[in-house]
Amino acid sequence: MSQHQLDARRLLCPMPVIRTQNYIKNLNSGDILEVTCTDPGALNDVPTWCRINGHKVINTDAAEDEIRITIEVDGG
Amino acid sequence: MLAARVMLEQGIHVEGINFFTGFCVEGHTHAIRKKDKAKPKRNNALWTAEQLGIKLHIIDVIDEYKDIVINPKHGYGAHINPCLDCKGFMVRKARQWIDENNFDFIITGEVIGQRPMSQRKDTLPVIAEESGAHDRLLRPLCARNLAITLPEREGWVDREQLYDFSGRSRKPQMALAQQFGISEYAQPAGGCCFLTDAAYSTKLQDLWQQRGEKTYELDDIMLLKVGRHLRPRPNFKLIIGREDGENRFLEGYRRQYTALRASSHNGPLVLLDGSYNNDDLHLAARIVARYSQGRDSSNVTIEIEPQGSDNSQTLTVSPIAVDDIPAAWFV
Repeated sequence: MSQHQLDARRLLCPMPVIRTQNYIKNLNSGDILEVTCTDPGALNDVPTWCRINGHKVINTDAAEDEIRITIEVDGG
Repeated sequence: MLAARVMLEQGIHVEGINFFTGFCVEGHTHAIRKKDKAKPKRNNALWTAEQLGIKLHIIDVIDEYKDIVINPKHGYGAHINPCLDCKGFMVRKARQWIDENNFDFIITGEVIGQRPMSQRKDTLPVIAEESGAHDRLLRPLCARNLAITLPEREGWVDREQLYDFSGRSRKPQMALAQQFGISEYAQPAGGCCFLTDAAYSTKLQDLWQQRGEKTYELDDIMLLKVGRHLRPRPNFKLIIGREDGENRFLEGYRRQYTALRASSHNGPLVLLDGSYNNDDLHLAARIVARYSQGRDSSNVTIEIEPQGSDNSQTLTVSPIAVDDIPAAWFV
């Protein structure tokens, strides 16, 4: 298991999802990815994409201007 | 959504493909502005896939799509919408995807006569042919009005359980949705693409005209979605944030453009796109002052950060009179 970080700040929907989708293609089951976004829509879309594709959101942290979503690959 | 559901009813394994061109209208883009805060901040393709219980693949086609917008073989619709070329492009990309991922055929939700350009009896075959999908393209909602396709011929799909919808009315689709228990669905076609929007198309045409060539980058077309755009002189344009959400969005671009903001009063962040001399900068500062809370003051100090520079300068100017801003400046 390894930890990864993805900077998707200042990207509008659906780019944070696309970047997450493409990044996860190269990860292994159990790997952890933390995605940082600024588009408030990512708070809904990244978890939806994870549910559809069998990944697990293990934490979301939504501050005023920045959102962090932590995902366990294939953990859904 | 309906076409996929019709296939699922026949036990067909369906996965969705959503292409991101950069011109997609999403709740998020609107959510930048306060007035649209009530709209759901969701990606409709993802939402639809989850409702259907299918996987969705979102594919970035921003760069490849430029040629479709800039040089559409079949021309534009009412605005800068190259709908027929766009459909052909997307089905061609879908055909490539199914080949790479071992799927058998493509479905779309097209209906004969639904749209004036890309969904006519004479244009549906053009999409099938130019995409290279040919008879591997099935339109479940109007299939019984069209020639038989591979999945029907092979017996993978029962043609009798497909539909013969036609025309602009969406009542048959709504009735079918009700039959399936679908009560909520995304906005019908046309409203999902900025290229069908008159105001947006005008801004894109202005961009092309001032550059002297039909080109764009993703940042260009994203910035056309937000702010008030004023072109006081041919060589530069101002993008003025209309509220906090837009100002925050424009903040992300302030290093890529010359940025102006009132420092003596509250006011919006303004990006200057283009080239300028000192006289242009003075005019830009007076316009920025007009849109600040110092609009009624005799002097407003404007802080200017030249593109890519850490050294800002200030100009103290009198706000331009509202009557001195001709309507023609508004793009």
